[in-house]
Amino acid sequence: MDLTINGSRHNVDLPDDMPLLWALRDGLNITSVKYGCGIAQCGACTVHIDGEAVRSCQVALADVWGEITTIEGLGTPDALHALQAAWIDHQVAQCGYCQSGQIMQAADLLARNPKPTDEDIDAAMSGNLCRCGTYPRIRAAVHSAARAMQEV
Amino acid sequence: MSRLGTYTRRGFLVGSVAVAGGVVFGVRTYNARLENPLTAGLAPGEAALTPYVKITADGITIITPRAEMGQGIHTTLASLVAEELDVELNQIGIEHGPPSSAYFNGGVVEEGYPFPTTDNGAVAEFARAQRDIPAVFLGYQITGGSTSTHDAYVKMRRAGAVARETLKAAAAARTGLPAMQLTTEAGAVVLPDKTRIPYTDLAAEAAATDLADVPELRPRGAWRILGKSQDRLDVVDKTTGRAIYASDIRLPGMRFGALRRSPHLGGSLRGFDASDALEMPGVDAVLDVGTGVVAVARDTWTAMRALDVVSYDWAPPTYPTNTAGHFEAIAAAFNPDQLDSRQRDEGNVEAALANATTIEGEYRAPYLAHATMEPMSAAALMQDGALQIWAGTQGPTVARREAALAAGIPEDSVTISTTLLGGAFGRRGEMDFVQIAARVAVQMQGTPVLLTYPREEDTSRGPYRPAAIGRFRATVADGVPVAVDISTASPSIMAGIDARGGAPAPIPGFLPDFTLAQALWDQPYGIENYRVSGYKSEPLLSVGFWRSVGASQNSFFHECMMDELALAADRDPVEMRLALMTDAPSRAVLEAVAEMAGWGSAPATGRARGVAFALAFGVPTAQIVEIEQTDSGIMVRDVWIAADVGVALDPRNLDAQLISGVNYGLSAAIGEEITLTDSAVDQSNFHDYPVLRMYQAPRIHTRILENQRHIRGIGEPGTPAVAPALANAVFALTGERLRELPLGKNVRFA
Repeated sequence: MDLTINGSRHNVDLPDDMPLLWALRDGLNITSVKYGCGIAQCGACTVHIDGEAVRSCQVALADVWGEITTIEGLGTPDALHALQAAWIDHQVAQCGYCQSGQIMQAADLLARNPKPTDEDIDAAMSGNLCRCGTYPRIRAAVHSAARAMQEV
Repeated sequence: MSRLGTYTRRGFLVGSVAVAGGVVFGVRTYNARLENPLTAGLAPGEAALTPYVKITADGITIITPRAEMGQGIHTTLASLVAEELDVELNQIGIEHGPPSSAYFNGGVVEEGYPFPTTDNGAVAEFARAQRDIPAVFLGYQITGGSTSTHDAYVKMRRAGAVARETLKAAAAARTGLPAMQLTTEAGAVVLPDKTRIPYTDLAAEAAATDLADVPELRPRGAWRILGKSQDRLDVVDKTTGRAIYASDIRLPGMRFGALRRSPHLGGSLRGFDASDALEMPGVDAVLDVGTGVVAVARDTWTAMRALDVVSYDWAPPTYPTNTAGHFEAIAAAFNPDQLDSRQRDEGNVEAALANATTIEGEYRAPYLAHATMEPMSAAALMQDGALQIWAGTQGPTVARREAALAAGIPEDSVTISTTLLGGAFGRRGEMDFVQIAARVAVQMQGTPVLLTYPREEDTSRGPYRPAAIGRFRATVADGVPVAVDISTASPSIMAGIDARGGAPAPIPGFLPDFTLAQALWDQPYGIENYRVSGYKSEPLLSVGFWRSVGASQNSFFHECMMDELALAADRDPVEMRLALMTDAPSRAVLEAVAEMAGWGSAPATGRARGVAFALAFGVPTAQIVEIEQTDSGIMVRDVWIAADVGVALDPRNLDAQLISGVNYGLSAAIGEEITLTDSAVDQSNFHDYPVLRMYQAPRIHTRILENQRHIRGIGEPGTPAVAPALANAVFALTGERLRELPLGKNVRFA
C-alpha cells in the first residue's frame, strides 16, 4: 500500500484494517504521532489528511483518502509554522506529549477560521486533552498565531 | 572559607556534590558512597569536573538528573549550573545522565520530618541541614514531592562554580597568569588582554587540576540567568514532534508488546491459554510476566488485539467487591488500634468538645487515576547477559534494582536510560512497567521490545490516589473556633510501595505513613484545642503517589471544614483564616489572593466565590475560585492563586506550574472517580474517566511571593486548595454543602 506522508511516498506492507496511528508509529517510526486512548477521546494522534484534522487511531489504512501531514510536515525547528512559533513564544509545552496533536488540531481550526474567538477555540480544541493543563497558553498561542498569519 | 581543606582528586570530585549540608557531620562516611558516574564514559581529553558538568571537545553538557515530566526541571537545573559556570543556556547540551547515588535527592527526606515546614526553629533547621545524609545512604535518586529545586539549589550552583574555578586554574597553569587575573564569560576563560580560551579547549588540563577551595556562590544580585524567565530547553523539540519519550524508542529489529493484568488489582495469574492469539499473523509470543500476560507482535495494535483472544484464569481478589465496601473498610479504620499518627494534639480537645455545641462533618474522596497522556511504557533489550531499559521513570536507581531483581541478574548488568516523561504525577515513580519490561526482555533475548500499556490497562489497574474519609468535630465560641478534632483515614501508600518494589529501601512497618495526614496536621492555624489524627485502613486497592499526595484529599477535608467553621462563627472565611494564622508568609499569600480576586466586593449576579488555603510541600498557597451558574451547568470562570516559593528562579515556569496544578486538581474535583463493581474497576478510558477539557478550563491568575525562608518547589502546591475552594464556591452559589468528591456527582457542571 502506498501512503504520501509530508510529501514523500511510503510503501507499507501492513493489514488494511490497521489504524493509521500504528502504521505511522510502529510501521514507519513516525513517533511524533502519539497513542493516548485509541478511541478518539484524547486527540494525541491527530494528523491531517488532505489538510483536515483526523484522529489517526480511527482511520484504517485502507480508508486513507489523501495525503497525510504530521507535525514534521507542518514546520521544522529551522522553518517553524506560525502556530509552532506562537507555541514557543508562549512556552506552551510542559510534558509535551499531547502538543503535536494540539498543534495539528489548531492548524485545522485556523485554516477554516482565521480569526477564532475564545469560544471558537474551545469548541475546536476540546477534543484534545492535556493533563498538564496548558489550556490557557494554548488559547493565547492560537490567538497569537492567528494574528501573525493575518499579517503575512 | 576552606573548612574542607585540600581535596585529593577523587575527594574533590565528590566534594562538589557533597558539601550541601554535609560539612557539619559525617562528611567522610557518606562521601565514601558517592561516585562520579560520568568518569567511566570519558575519552582522553574529556573532563567530568563534577557529576553535573561534562566538557568535551564538542561542547559542554550539563547533567540534569531529575525526571522531566513537564515541570520544566531540566531547564531550572541547567540554569543553576550555568549561572555559576558562566555559560549561556544556548551554549550547552543537557542529559538526564545515568542512575547514580551521586544524584541523591536530599529534599525528599525533609518531607517526612515531624516539623511543620513553617518551623524555622533550631532543631528543625539542624535536621534540614542533615537531610542529605540518609538520602545518600539510600541512593535516593528520586523526582517527587516538589523537591528537585530545593535539593539542587545550592549543590548544582556549587557544581557550576567548582567547574568554573577549575577551568580558570587550568587556564592559569597554561598561561602562567595568576588565576585572580582571569575572568570567565559565555563558555570561555578571558585573559587580561581579552584573549578567550574556550572551556572546550581546556577540558584535558582541567581534568588534571585540583582546587584547594570550594568557591563561594554568587549573591542573588549578581545573577544573570536565575530569577528571570527562561525559554524551556525542551520547548522546540516538544513543539516540532522531536521530543523522545519511552514509547518513542525505536531500535533495529524492534517488536512491540502490550500488557494485560488481572482485573482484580494485584491479583495473580493462575493460568492462560494463548493458542488462538499465537495463530494471529504478526504475533511472536504471549508471555507470562507474573502479574499478567504480555503479547509480543510486529506492532502494538496487533499485540493489543492478541490480548483479546487469550483466555485468562485470574485468582480472585482479596478486597471488597464494590466501592461501598471500600469506604466501609476505610470508615472502620477510625479506631484506636488503627491510629497511625497524631502529629498535632494541642490543648484538650475532648474536654473542650464535651459540653459544647459541636459542628460535625464527614467528607469523602475517591480513588483517582493519574491518567498521564502517555500510557505507561518501557523499551528493553536483554543481550549477552546485559539488560538495557529505556523508561520514563521518576526513580532511576530504584528502577535499576527492580529491573535486576525481575531479570534475575546483578544490578551492574543493568543500564537504565531515562527518557522524557509524557506526564507522571507520581505514576512513574511506580516500578511495574520497568519490572514487566525486564521480564519480557529475559524471555525475548536478543530482541528489543517496546512495552506499551493499553489505555484501558493504565486506567483500570492502578495504583491509585487512595480513597479517603475525613471527619471533624469542632466548636466555635465568640466568633472563634476554640476546638477542632479532625481525622483522616485511608489505605497506606507507603505500605503498598514497599510491597510493589518502589521503595528506595525497606520501610519499617512501625513507622507512620507520613503521607497519610499530610497537609492536615501542619496547617498554620492557631486554635486553642487542636487535634489531628491519621488512621490507616486495611490494605485495599493498590495506592500510590498522586500529584500532591495526601494533601490532595486532606486539604479538601480541612479547608471545607474551615468554611463550615467560618459560617458557624459568622465570620468572613478569608478574614477568619487571617485572624487564626500563625505564619506570616501564609497570611501574605491569603491577603494577596483576596486582593487579586477583589474578595471584598460582591461577585456579579449568578456568580459566587470560594476560598481555600493549603500549606503543602513547604509552600503556602491560597486560592479563590469564581463560578457561574449557566444553562448547561456550573462553569468555573476564574481561579486566583498566590504561592510563596521563597526564591523564584523562573517566574514564567512558576506560573505554568501553578496553572498546571490548578487544572489537575480542578479536573479531579469536578469529575474524576475510580469505582468498583464485582471486584473490578468500572472505568477504562477517557470516555468514562472524564478529565478537564479546554472548554472547562478557567482563566487562572497567578502571583508568586518570596517571603518564606527556604526555596521550595512548585510541581504540586497548586493542586490541593482548588477542590475545597471550588466546593466552598458551590456552597456560596447554591447553599448546598457538598462533602464528597468529585463534586460533579451531586451538582451539574457544564
